[in-house]
Amino acid sequence: MTAAADPFPQAAREALADRQLGDNLRAATATIRDKRARIVAEVPDWEELREAGRALKAEVMAHLDEYLVRFEESVQAAGGQVHWARDAAEANQRVLDVARVHGVTEVIKVKSLTTDEIGLNAALAAGGVKAVETDLAELILQLDGDWSSHILVPAIHRNRTEIRDIFRRTIADPSLSDEPRELAEAARLYLRDRFLTARMAVSGANFGVAETGTVCVVESEGNGRMCTTLPPVLVTILGIEKLVPTFADLEVFLQLLPRSATGERMNPYTSLWTGVTPGDGPQEFHVVLLDAGRTRVLADEVGRQALHCIRCSACLNVCPVYSRTGGHAYRSVYPGPIGAILTPQLQGIERAKTLPFASSLCGACYEVCPVKIDIPSVLLHLRDSATRAAGSRRERLAMRTLARVFAGRRRFRAAVRLARFAQRPFLKNGYVRRAPGPLSEWTQTRDLASIAPESFRDWWDRRS
Amino acid sequence: MRIALFVTCVGDAILPGVGKATVAVLERLGHQVDFPRDQTCCGQLHANSGYRSEALSLARRFVDVFEGFDAVVAPSSSCVGMVREVYPDLAREAGDESLERRVAEAGRRVFELSELLVDELGVTEVGASFPYRVTYHPTCHSLRVARIGDAPIRLLGAVDGLELIELPEARECCGFGGTFAVKNAAVSASMATDKCRAIVSTGAEACVAVDGSCLLQIGGRLSRLDAGVRAVHLAQVLAAT
Repeated sequence: MTAAADPFPQAAREALADRQLGDNLRAATATIRDKRARIVAEVPDWEELREAGRALKAEVMAHLDEYLVRFEESVQAAGGQVHWARDAAEANQRVLDVARVHGVTEVIKVKSLTTDEIGLNAALAAGGVKAVETDLAELILQLDGDWSSHILVPAIHRNRTEIRDIFRRTIADPSLSDEPRELAEAARLYLRDRFLTARMAVSGANFGVAETGTVCVVESEGNGRMCTTLPPVLVTILGIEKLVPTFADLEVFLQLLPRSATGERMNPYTSLWTGVTPGDGPQEFHVVLLDAGRTRVLADEVGRQALHCIRCSACLNVCPVYSRTGGHAYRSVYPGPIGAILTPQLQGIERAKTLPFASSLCGACYEVCPVKIDIPSVLLHLRDSATRAAGSRRERLAMRTLARVFAGRRRFRAAVRLARFAQRPFLKNGYVRRAPGPLSEWTQTRDLASIAPESFRDWWDRRS
Repeated sequence: MRIALFVTCVGDAILPGVGKATVAVLERLGHQVDFPRDQTCCGQLHANSGYRSEALSLARRFVDVFEGFDAVVAPSSSCVGMVREVYPDLAREAGDESLERRVAEAGRRVFELSELLVDELGVTEVGASFPYRVTYHPTCHSLRVARIGDAPIRLLGAVDGLELIELPEARECCGFGGTFAVKNAAVSASMATDKCRAIVSTGAEACVAVDGSCLLQIGGRLSRLDAGVRAVHLAQVLAAT
């Protein structure tokens, strides 16, 4: 999936016009948001935990080269194989190579966000290998030919009636109801057979432990446990930013993540595996370490904190923009506030130049981020990059002119007087009801307060 | 105490009543207020819109203009937040250590009005009378950037005749966001509509906030809806007698 040329404002406008989408999103984001707030409030040292999470991630980023080599050595010592992938194509090829060696034509998948980023399913299909998603939501999307709109709840834009219709069309018979239990059972029946017959699984990962080579997947449905234990061959795609230094450090993240993500004290399944254990689980294990733009992000002193993200999606659920537009408007695998800072950095600002502006800078994202990513500051930083690399000339001229106006009090006073004069044809009871130019976007839905008859400084001069 | 008023560009040109009210409250409490005439804009518009070098010039200008005062008061938490939280980033990026020092120093002396009154001057009772039903919208930058806490609520609680009604979903953004209001007008308007619905549901006659810019958004939407509710700055409530 790539960020298309479609600018966010237009996509957002279309999403806002979709009432069903709006209802689905509001209900779902509000539910998770409230659950998160309750369950985080239980933790007396939450702020200290956040700081610990931030510090650990900062440490890993500062010495990523060393931690990566350490991780590679640990995985190899435990009997696993490590591949380094500079970009999506290399990573996809490594997975396809493993499938070919084993003559596999179908793989089962779990934790597919990173593989969505690199377009693995399409690459596998082109190589004659079918990928079957096993996360319930990912399965729904795959059956429907749709794509994810939320990091944690990829089918958040669908309600159960829509899901029933998708299942009726694809994997279930027409008698299927929209009862959650029946829907889950239909998916279970379809997937169980895949789990038991698959000879190879592909997973993403939440964490990789440099010290031990352990890989960790956190999930709710048990499909991750199936994928990482049943097939004889397992390939994990791990973004290089996902490392933590030691096994003990998982303690911090396994508290932060479930509470921030699903509003649970503990997630139902935490799968940890280290290399290969003879006679138990996969007998061949590969890790593909994925760069795909991450080292470039790392080089940016302000922007690099986006790599600290542990994919909890708390920022999506509290975001007033995301909760109205949904994820598809961002045209990115990573939507919402984190997507607005991650996607332009991973893909290049020219390819996602409207995303850093998809925020009112309300700061709700920063407040809930379990690793304290200062999303508003990174947004400001990227807005500057966006205007430099791909900004509108007219806007730059306007902003420069305004900066010159603000550079001197006489110019400022004169400009205010000019504006006061210029607004006269548009005034009605102290408001502008229909403004020309870019301000018409304002007056379509709001009255615009006018330049006052007497400015503060004119009043001050008159008074003294 | 030598207090300088930073009236802000919006306060100067569009909402002069807010600046006048700020002066009135402080003078009523016996303070002398100066208005450094070279002041213009803090640069937030430029920083938020992606023009950091222009914002940096305005940051330099701000620290020059307001040097030497015991306190600088601004009736705007977002402008205060700009000075405290964004100026240090701009100065660091510019690699200008002397500016970094001056910016840090300015950040310690600049206060949002309610913060100055409650936290610095220790006053909650300012002798105001405002016999109306009022709801308070805590703006995002007052909550999460300038972090002024409950100072406005304490001040409102001491106003004679004022009935304070809690705003549902109070911490939700009003959707202003500077150029966001124009660049993403559809989302911004949706946020304003929800905020105004919450305001109207309280039955209040006025919605009070500490940021003029958010009041332009809320007031503009309330006016368009003909909702019969006024958007009023905290300073104006505190100045009323």
